[in-house]
Amino acid sequence: MEHFFSLFVRSIFVDNMIFAFFLGMCSFLAVSKNVKTSLGLGVAVIFVELITLPVNYLLQTKVLEPMGLEFLSFILFIAVIAGIVQLVEMVVEKFSPSLYNSLGIFLPLIAVNCAIMGASLFMQQRIGMDPDNTQAITSFGDSIAYALGSGIGWALAIVCLAAIREKMEYCDVPKPLKGVGITFITVGLMAMAFMCFSGLAI
Amino acid sequence: MANKNTEAFKQPLWINNPVLVQILGICSALAVTAQLKPAIVMGLSVTIIVAMSNVIISLLRNTIPNRIRIIIQLVVVAALVTVVSEILKAFAYDVSVQLSVYIGLIITNCILMGRLEAFAMQNGPWASFLDGIGNGLGYAAILVVVAFVRELFGSGTLFGFQVIPQACYEAGYLNNGLMIMPPMALILAGCIIWYHRAKNKDLQEN
Repeated sequence: MEHFFSLFVRSIFVDNMIFAFFLGMCSFLAVSKNVKTSLGLGVAVIFVELITLPVNYLLQTKVLEPMGLEFLSFILFIAVIAGIVQLVEMVVEKFSPSLYNSLGIFLPLIAVNCAIMGASLFMQQRIGMDPDNTQAITSFGDSIAYALGSGIGWALAIVCLAAIREKMEYCDVPKPLKGVGITFITVGLMAMAFMCFSGLAI
Repeated sequence: MANKNTEAFKQPLWINNPVLVQILGICSALAVTAQLKPAIVMGLSVTIIVAMSNVIISLLRNTIPNRIRIIIQLVVVAALVTVVSEILKAFAYDVSVQLSVYIGLIITNCILMGRLEAFAMQNGPWASFLDGIGNGLGYAAILVVVAFVRELFGSGTLFGFQVIPQACYEAGYLNNGLMIMPPMALILAGCIIWYHRAKNKDLQEN
């Protein structure tokens, strides 16, 4: 249980998808213009990670490894992600049209969000790690903790950036730096702040 | 027609650079640039994969049903990435260890999906090939510039060779440790975008 929590906290703050690994940067920069939509995208990412990561964990440990087919993992993981995103989209559309309207446009985007694929690939690397390492993912429960933690970390990052960008509307930024340029530098400074968590351990 | 093809190749190199202007493929562009060697390998891998997948999708473009095109594109790209990743593991093992998951993440690199959707679905194979090469090289160029600065100031080396002479260190020069940390890659990319937009005024946002 202790490992579950330390993995969870570590993947939110220390191994943050955006600030430590730059994953999911494209939609992170494109959608972070206001807090409300970025919160919607953040929730969608958490949701999709929570489903795809455990599924990919089971595929990796129960199917690919015993059969020695690890080289197929890229194709299999991306097919699982794209398929599940499509499925989630249809289910949400059927049962909760209001949620579909708020998430709708982001769901297809998530299939090509590097944060989802990246989480699956990191999970693949961490399966064989020493169980005492706080990064190790050695059981099905760990894969859920990692999915939840990395998803929440990503959502936290995009909501923070959106809040900063909303305020930045009123700032006098040099013209060539306006828009993307200053956003990059802001994310860099935020990443520096997040580096303070690097010693964090439970 | 020939003119259009050269445009497809030249535009993405600087004026319409995928990283600087379209803000695509940032994830891997920043993560692998702590040193020059992995940055160049990454740039070349992406160039090859973009060009090849552009050609394949462009050949298939009239037979792909519109509703499932994303999955088909993903499978084509994933197959190519698997091939490249296995080749790297066989012939350049240490680089493939350094690049770790970022080779796999070429699949979700937005440059690929962006070019496939925006260009290969509408154009013939030869134009798509040139467009792929152009975009790949435009991406690689940014990687090399960022990696050059980060490796030179972060570890005092280029391609792993010591460039800053030992005498400087004895005189009190220190490597800038922040340069090899992730935040600096973002700030450097921001500065390159700043320069690029200062040169190309019509790209500036209001």
